Amino acid sequence: MSQQLFTQTTFAKIIFQKLHLDAPLFVAIFLLCMLSFLTLYSASGQDFSVLIRQAIRVGVAFVVMVTLAQCKPQQFYRYSVILYILGILLLVAVLLAGLVGKGAQRWLDLGLFRFQPSEMIKITTPLMIAWFLSDYTLPPKPMQIFWAVVLIALPTLLIAKQPDLGTALLIVISGGAMLFFANLSLRFMLVTSSVLLSLTPVLWHFMHDYQKARVLTFLHPEQDPIGRGYHIIQSKIAIGSGGIYGKGWLGGTQANLNFLPESATDFIFAVFAEEFGLLGCLVLLSLYLFVISRCLYIAVRADDTYSRLLAGSLAVTFFAYVSVNIGMVIGVLPVVGVPLPMMSYGGTSVVTLLASFGILMSIHTHRKFIPT
Amino acid sequence: MNKVYTVQNTLQENRKFLNRVLVVFLAVVLTIAGLVARLVYLQISGHEHYSTMAKTNRIKSLPLPPTRGIIYDAKGRVLAQNTPVYSLELIPEQIKDMDHTLRRLQNLLNISNEKIQQFLRQQKASKRFSSIPLLWQLTDEEAAKFAAVRPYYSGVDIQARLIRNYPYGDLTAHVVGYIGRINAKELATLSAVQYSGSHHIGKTGIEKFYETQLHGKTGYAEMQTNAQGRAVQIITSNQPTMGNDIYLTLDIDLQKTASVALAGHSGAIVAIKPKTGEVLALVSQPSFDPNPFVAGMSSKAYRALHTSQKQPLFNRALHGQYPPGSTVKPFLGLASLQYGVATFTDTINCQGSYKLPNSTHKYRDWKKNGHGKVSMKEAIIQSCDVYFYDLARNLGIDRIYQALHQFGFGEKTNIDLLGEKKGLLPSRAWKRQHKNQAWFPGETLISGIGQGFTQVTVLQLAKATATLANNGVPMTPHLLHKITNANSSMLNNNQQETPIQLQNKNLQNIVDSMVGVIHSQHGTARRLRNKSYKIAGKTGTAQVFGIKQEEEYDEDKTTQKLKDHAIFIAFAPASDPQIAVAVIVENGGHGGSTAAPMAGKIIKQFLHNTQKGV
Repeated sequence: MSQQLFTQTTFAKIIFQKLHLDAPLFVAIFLLCMLSFLTLYSASGQDFSVLIRQAIRVGVAFVVMVTLAQCKPQQFYRYSVILYILGILLLVAVLLAGLVGKGAQRWLDLGLFRFQPSEMIKITTPLMIAWFLSDYTLPPKPMQIFWAVVLIALPTLLIAKQPDLGTALLIVISGGAMLFFANLSLRFMLVTSSVLLSLTPVLWHFMHDYQKARVLTFLHPEQDPIGRGYHIIQSKIAIGSGGIYGKGWLGGTQANLNFLPESATDFIFAVFAEEFGLLGCLVLLSLYLFVISRCLYIAVRADDTYSRLLAGSLAVTFFAYVSVNIGMVIGVLPVVGVPLPMMSYGGTSVVTLLASFGILMSIHTHRKFIPT
Repeated sequence: MNKVYTVQNTLQENRKFLNRVLVVFLAVVLTIAGLVARLVYLQISGHEHYSTMAKTNRIKSLPLPPTRGIIYDAKGRVLAQNTPVYSLELIPEQIKDMDHTLRRLQNLLNISNEKIQQFLRQQKASKRFSSIPLLWQLTDEEAAKFAAVRPYYSGVDIQARLIRNYPYGDLTAHVVGYIGRINAKELATLSAVQYSGSHHIGKTGIEKFYETQLHGKTGYAEMQTNAQGRAVQIITSNQPTMGNDIYLTLDIDLQKTASVALAGHSGAIVAIKPKTGEVLALVSQPSFDPNPFVAGMSSKAYRALHTSQKQPLFNRALHGQYPPGSTVKPFLGLASLQYGVATFTDTINCQGSYKLPNSTHKYRDWKKNGHGKVSMKEAIIQSCDVYFYDLARNLGIDRIYQALHQFGFGEKTNIDLLGEKKGLLPSRAWKRQHKNQAWFPGETLISGIGQGFTQVTVLQLAKATATLANNGVPMTPHLLHKITNANSSMLNNNQQETPIQLQNKNLQNIVDSMVGVIHSQHGTARRLRNKSYKIAGKTGTAQVFGIKQEEEYDEDKTTQKLKDHAIFIAFAPASDPQIAVAVIVENGGHGGSTAAPMAGKIIKQFLHNTQKGV
C-alpha cells in the first residue's frame, strides 16, 4: 500500500518537475479557483453559462501559466524592455480610442475579445524595474532611483488618466515594493512616503468629483444610503449577516436578490463571506497567506537579483490587490474598483495573475541548484 | 550580461534581502490580522445587527386585501359584484428608455397623448419602484395585443384587479349606493390594519351601512423581495377573510317597475311588506349610474351631476321632505274616532270653504263648490277639505301632533340606510322655539289637510301606511334580508315596534273608507279599480305655493315648477295586506291622476307574482 503511494507521489513529482511547475503554489492556486467557481455560481444567480465562461478563461490562464513556467528567466530578462514599451503604447491607445465600460476608458475592443492593457502593466512594470535595477549594485544610487521612479510614474499617470485610480495606486505599490527589496534605505523611504502623504491635498484637488465622493462616502456611508453609500452598506450587511458559519452555499440573499451590485466582480468577497461565514473567510485568507508566503520564499531562494526583485514585487502586488479589495469590501478603504485576485469574474485579470505565477514558477524551477 | 547570473557580495546581499522579505512578510501577517479583526467585528459582534438589516432589506409585509361581499336582491339577483379589470402598468426603474417605450406602446395600443401626459404626471408623484398604471380597463383585445409582445417590453406588465360593478346601474343607485376611494378624512377614522391595501370604502347606501360586513378582514403576506422591490417568494401568509354576502329584501323586478313608472318625473316610491317591514322597492328619480364613482370620475363629470337642476344624486325617498297633503286624512280620521271627537256617521255640509268663528279668512276646499253633505267615509273617499278643517279644529294641534307622531311621522323610520330625514310635525312648542310665535288656530286647520309646516318623507309615508295595514303594529322598515358567508348564513329578524292602541271597529271603518277611494264611484283614485282584489289608499296633493284669496288654482296655467306635488298611499289586498306603497311625484299635479297609477302598477305586479308563487 505504501509502495503504491510512494510510486504515485514520485510520479506526480516527476510530472511537476518536468513541467517546471511549483507544486505547492499550483495546488493553492487550484484550490482558489475552485472556491472562485463556487462563489461565482452563486453570485451570478446560479447562471451556469457564467461559470462556463469563467472556466474557459481560467483554462486559458492555466495554459499561459504553464507556458511561461517553461521559459527561462533569462528570456523574461530579454523581453522586459520591449514588453514595457508595448504596454505604454497600448495605454496610450486606450486613452485615444477606448471603449467606455462603466464610465471609464479601460478596454480596447480587439474584435474577438476585449483587452484591458492596465492588467498587462501589472506585469510589464515589475519586469522593467527589475531589469533596470538589477544592472546595478544594490542599493541603487539617487540617479537610478530617479529613473526608476520615472519608469513607475509613466504607466501610473497614464492609467490614472483613464481614470483608474485603483490600478494606478497598485502600480505605485508594486514599484515601491521593488525599491524596498532593492535595499533602498529605510530612512529614504520614510522621508519620501511622508512627502507623498503631505501632497495628498494637492492630489485631492486633481481628483474627479466622483472619486472625491467615494472617499467621503467611505468615511460616512450612511449619509447617502441609496446613492453612493449603497455599495459599502450593502456589502457590510452581506458580510455581517453571514456570521460565523455563513448562510451556506447558494444561501446568500443579498447578492441573489440584487441587493449587492458588482457581486460577481469587485464585491465577490462579500458574497463569499455571506455564504461561508467567518470560518470560510479564514480558510480563504489562509490560502492567500500561503500563496504570498510561497512567493516570498521563491524570492528568497532565487538565484539572481533580477529574479529576486521580480518575484518579490509580484508577490507584494498580489497581496496588495487582495488586501485593497477585501479592505474595500469590508468597509475600511474607499471603493476603488479593484477585483479580488483569483475570485472575481473577469478574463484579463485571471490571465495576468496566472501569468505572473507562471513567471514565479519559472524563476523557482530554473534555479541552478535545485535540491532533489 | 554576466551580472545577471551572479550576485555581488552574496552573503550580505542575501541577508539584507532576507531581512527585507521578512519585513514584508510581517507586514502581510499584520494586514491579514487586521482584516480578520474587522471580519470578526462584522461577523460576530455585528452579526445580529447586519442580519436584521439583511432581513429588512428583503422581507416586506404586504397586505392582502379581502374580496368585498356581493349584494343580492331577495331572489338572488346580483346588485353589486366584483369584476376583473386589466390595467397596463409600468415600473420606470425597470425601463431603460422611457420615451422609446412609451412611443412603442402608443403605436401598439393607440394611446392618446393626454393619457401619456397623465401617466408622466403620476410618475412624478409616485414612490420609487412602484407600479404606475398607464391604461385602466384594457379591453380583451388590447390585453391580448400586449400579451403577445410582452417579452419585448421589460418593466411593463398587465395587472389584474377586481373592480366593483353595479349591473343594474341607476336602478339601484339610491339603495345599494356605491363605493369610492378612501379620502383623507375617512382614513383618519379607519383602522390602519384593516384597511391597509384597500383603496375603497362604502360611501352611500347599503355599501356604507353594511361596510364592516361587506369588507371582510385584510390578510397579510411576508414576501421576499429583491432590490427592485419585486416580490420573489412568499414566506408566510395569512389569507384574508372574504367579505360577507348580503341578500336584500328588495325585489329587482318591482324596483324596475317602480323606476319605469316614475321615469321622466322627479319623485320617490317606497314599497314595504306590512307584516314584516321588508322593503320591496325604494326608488328615487331622477337617478344616476353609480359605476363611475368606483374608479373615480373626472371633476367635470361630477360637477355635472352635482349641479344638475334635477339633482339626481339627491335621494328623495330618504331626504326629500314634502307636505303630506290629504294623505293625513285617514290618520286624523282614525284619531278623532279614537279620541271620541267625531263619529264615523256624523255629517257636515261642505260648501267649498270654511271659516273660523270671528274670522273672515276663507279656507278653501279643492272643489270650488264643495262636496255637499259628507260623512267621514265620504270625506275620505272624495277628499273633502272642509270636513277635515272642522275635524282639525275639534282635535286641536296637540292631538293632531299625537295622532301623526304615533304613526311615525316626525321621527326617523330607522331603516338600515344612513341619512334619512325626520320630517317635521309642528306643535306649539316647536313654533315657540323656531319661530318665536304662538300657534295660530288657522294653522291647525291647514295642518288638518296636511299643508302648512308639516313635512314628511316618502319613507315615513310608506311606514305609516304599512302600520295602518298591519292593524296598527309598526314594523321597522329594513332592507337586509340575510347575511351569508362560506360557513354560515344569518337571517335578519323583523323588528316590531310598540303597537298603537286602536279599536278594531275604528280601524276597520277607516280601511273601508280607504277602499272606497279606489273602488267607490266618487273615489279620487277610481282609476285603479279592478275586479281581482281590493286596494285601500288615499290620494294627496301638496301645495307648492300659496294662492291669493281671490284667485283660483289653475293647473294648466301654472308652470311645472310651481305645480302641486302628487302623492298617493295604498295597501292591498285590503282584507289581508301584503304590500304597502307610498308615491310622491314632484310637481305631478293631482295625486289621483299621476301618483296613483304608478302605485297601481306596482301592486298589480306584486300580487300577480305572489299569486303565481314567484
